[in-house]
Amino acid sequence: MQRSLIAGLALTSALVAPLAASAQTEVTWWHAMGGALGEKVDEIVAGYNASQDQYHLTAVYKGSYTETMTAAIAAFRAGEQPDLVQVFEVGTGTMMAAEGAVYPVYKLMEDHGQNFDPSVYLPAVAGYYTNTDGKMLSMPFNSSTPILYYNKDIFEAAGLDPEVAPETWADMEAFTQQIVDSGAATCGFTTGWISWAQLENLSAWHNQPIGTNENGFGSIDSKLTVNGPVQVRHWENLAKWQEAGLFKYGGPGGGADAAPAFYSGECAIYMNSSASRAGVLANTDFDLGLGMLPYYADVEGAPQNSIIGGATLWTLTGASDAEYEGVADFLTYLSSAEVQADWHQFTGYLPITTAAYELSKEQGYYDENPGADIAIKQVNLNEPTANSKGLRFGNYVQIRGVIDEEFEALLSGSKTAQDALDDLVERGNSLIEEFVEANG
Amino acid sequence: MQTKRTTFRSYWLPYLLIAPQLAITLIFFIWPAGQAVRQSFLQEDPFGLSTKFVGLKNYVKLFHSAEYLASFETTVIFTLCTATLSMGLALLFAVAVDRMIRTSSAYTTFMVWPYAVAPAIAGVLWWFMFNPSVGVLTYALDVMGYDWNHRLSGTDAMILVVLASSWKQISYNFLFFVAGLQSIPQSLREAAAIDGAGPVKRFFTVVFPLLSPTTFFLLVVNINYTMFDTFSTIDASTAGGPGQATTILVYKVYEDGYKGLNLGSSAAQSVILMGIVMVLTFIQFRFIERRVQY
Amino acid sequence: MVENRPFLTFLAHLVLILGVAFVALPVWIAFVASTHDQATFLGGTMPLWPGSNMWETYRTILVDGVQSSGAPPLTMMMKNSLLMALIITFGKIAISILSAFAIVYFRFPFRVLAFWIIFVTLMLPVEVRIMPTFKVVADLGLLNSYAGLSIPLIASATATFLFRQFFLTIPEELVEAARIDGAGPMKFFRDMVLPLSQTNIAALFVILFIYGWNQYLWPMLITTDEKFYTVVMGIKRMSDVADSDPQWNFVMGSAMLAMLPPVLVVVFMQRLFVKGLVEQEK
Repeated sequence: MQRSLIAGLALTSALVAPLAASAQTEVTWWHAMGGALGEKVDEIVAGYNASQDQYHLTAVYKGSYTETMTAAIAAFRAGEQPDLVQVFEVGTGTMMAAEGAVYPVYKLMEDHGQNFDPSVYLPAVAGYYTNTDGKMLSMPFNSSTPILYYNKDIFEAAGLDPEVAPETWADMEAFTQQIVDSGAATCGFTTGWISWAQLENLSAWHNQPIGTNENGFGSIDSKLTVNGPVQVRHWENLAKWQEAGLFKYGGPGGGADAAPAFYSGECAIYMNSSASRAGVLANTDFDLGLGMLPYYADVEGAPQNSIIGGATLWTLTGASDAEYEGVADFLTYLSSAEVQADWHQFTGYLPITTAAYELSKEQGYYDENPGADIAIKQVNLNEPTANSKGLRFGNYVQIRGVIDEEFEALLSGSKTAQDALDDLVERGNSLIEEFVEANG
Repeated sequence: MQTKRTTFRSYWLPYLLIAPQLAITLIFFIWPAGQAVRQSFLQEDPFGLSTKFVGLKNYVKLFHSAEYLASFETTVIFTLCTATLSMGLALLFAVAVDRMIRTSSAYTTFMVWPYAVAPAIAGVLWWFMFNPSVGVLTYALDVMGYDWNHRLSGTDAMILVVLASSWKQISYNFLFFVAGLQSIPQSLREAAAIDGAGPVKRFFTVVFPLLSPTTFFLLVVNINYTMFDTFSTIDASTAGGPGQATTILVYKVYEDGYKGLNLGSSAAQSVILMGIVMVLTFIQFRFIERRVQY
Repeated sequence: MVENRPFLTFLAHLVLILGVAFVALPVWIAFVASTHDQATFLGGTMPLWPGSNMWETYRTILVDGVQSSGAPPLTMMMKNSLLMALIITFGKIAISILSAFAIVYFRFPFRVLAFWIIFVTLMLPVEVRIMPTFKVVADLGLLNSYAGLSIPLIASATATFLFRQFFLTIPEELVEAARIDGAGPMKFFRDMVLPLSQTNIAALFVILFIYGWNQYLWPMLITTDEKFYTVVMGIKRMSDVADSDPQWNFVMGSAMLAMLPPVLVVVFMQRLFVKGLVEQEK
């Protein structure tokens, strides 16, 4: 990778800018930001490269989060890894356990004389990526939380008040029933990320444990517990609503069919990452409403707070000191309040530092964009409990796949919600066991 | 094994001639295959930082895994459906072309070109036609009152991959059936016609039995095609879903090994597959040898 | 035809026309999709007749690439596909004809062993042993190189087998005559075997070119540098876009262009290809 990339870049830069070619240190970064987000990443990288002339950073889009992570791991085994890789939150457990492969970010910053203070990050974000000693192992970059988007035009056509987002699941059922019955849309709601939005966040939002040992934060040897009554009830409802035409499944993983269904006006309500906002705004021209995730009002402690998703940047071992200098320098640039505030405002990801949040406020961003702070309010709604600060399990990337499969089994009618979640827990736990064995 | 009765004599030349192929086979085939066998007895973390010997555990786990056993079943269903559909349609078209005199080569050209389409592209094309929001076929089915959803229904997803895989394979089968039909002596059919057999009866009593070597050969080839070459078709359309409903064996090797990073299990699956393939090769080999010696 | 039955002939035409339509349908739809702009698809309806955006689509994918979905310009990917396909084609023909010649025309110690080592690969595609092969290629430092893209795919015995089968049909008398004339094996190879194999080589060229061009999983695994992306794997990347709709016009336009070279090869070399495929393969 390095060798050919350098050769390639030397070639292109020889054509473009013959003077700048040789002195710079090359740094590579693999990321999973496609579409509008990818263009923004390219913009940030270009900004960084223009801001200094010691390092040249190349950002490579490697496909989905899963593909990016597995490609990086395969490349690591082959000795062709990038310096920096973007890994989504569920890969955290795997990355943390791989001590010989990861250069922890706190250490990287320390070794290379960069000023690094973990306390400037929003607690909800930093907590997710800190080890038991309070050290930050990877650099937060893009964190988001699922929120609710709705089409105000459809609400109006259905005779609903377009300014009132559904607050509870009872509202959801009533609203979507009215929407479908009135013919304002053929589908009530859809969602991206079944696993993240409709299971993990559902659990946190209702203060239900996802797993033992504080959702795995306490020990890698933990068990899943998502087959509790709240989760079973919710999945039962989803299956029922699907049957009734109120809910449309958007596909596994991120749910590739969900966004188009919402964009085209087929579905009135859409739940997905707060970072989907850029895409929603770019692809629709109807009046957009935003809201928090619905909850079951009769569950005690709901709503608690939602958990984040998104990704952090991990430094991999095996690169030269000069490259690490460059990585550290770039990470400092990346967390500056200006870059972060711009990224946050453009994408809908959370402002990961308090400074970026303050800066956005100062710039009047939230006044101009009502609802843009819903995600921040939602993750900070209450002091996180052991059930709602996040999750950390080994092999969780694969478990995400299992969640999708069991959900599909539920929707296709081959399993009940209880069976699907029981099987999910059983298969998930055996994946965790394998992880413990392989890393023990 | 056959050779010429008359051969050349040289101590070094044959080795030199065979060396490049042997080297490539040893490095890129035998060595990896050996690695797969070795890996199948090991358990490793994703980054390859710690490795330990676990004996037959990876195999035992596989045969206790409902998903793996289901994948066998999926493979069988998928293979049979695809082989039947693509061979059935190809035979139908071949029989029709066989009636043509002037137009047969034009029809043949229009039938043959999908052979050149990459399996991955075949997957993308059919996936597009069945796309839930913009697919033409989804729309057409909806009008007819069928709610197509390959994201959820394992059956729909299976139909999708079977269609995409068969679509691409028809051309190949078609060519062989046409050649097979042309090699049937005209006198046999005429004799049957004189006996008063109608076209349908003639087909089943005379033509089809005489095609059986071709049919058997194509069956083996099609099984082999659907078991392995359709990997890309599946990856580009359903990616094995929903709920592993279209995860065939070779897809699972990749899914567990590359995406799941469970190298031990993936290697064990590779070894099992290699065993299956060797049996298939043996069957085909026997058949080819006989066919050639006829 | 045994007897003249107009109805059957009509039926046969009907079946064939439906067949041709079935075969052409996906490509027609793809072509139509490539001639519309992205906005057409957002409405959720798929047109059945070409639109006016064709040149724009093809210009974008060929020259600029669709950078936001990680797809470099298609011209570059097509060049890589072409190189990979040609290396595989010529490499495989070269090594196969030589080893088949050795196996058929010589008797030497370990001949049977060599034969089996080669022929055990006959039906085992690279997908089956994908992870260890990836590792071997990585250990050899061949990731992101044309050698890594093509050489592992040469390791299969199909072409060797075809040549072997063909050589066995070459009359014994030719060898005997050559030996009487005092011609050595390489002279015999050059003067007799090669010319006689011309048709086979041409047919194999078509088959192997298609095989090489259409590779998907292997290039996807071993290329991390977009300079080596091939067009077939590139399409998959374009159709997988997180959080937004795939840009169908670009995806389908790329699919059309990716199909074009192998389809042209098949159509223009149809006679040879059919002969090669039906008379020799397997």
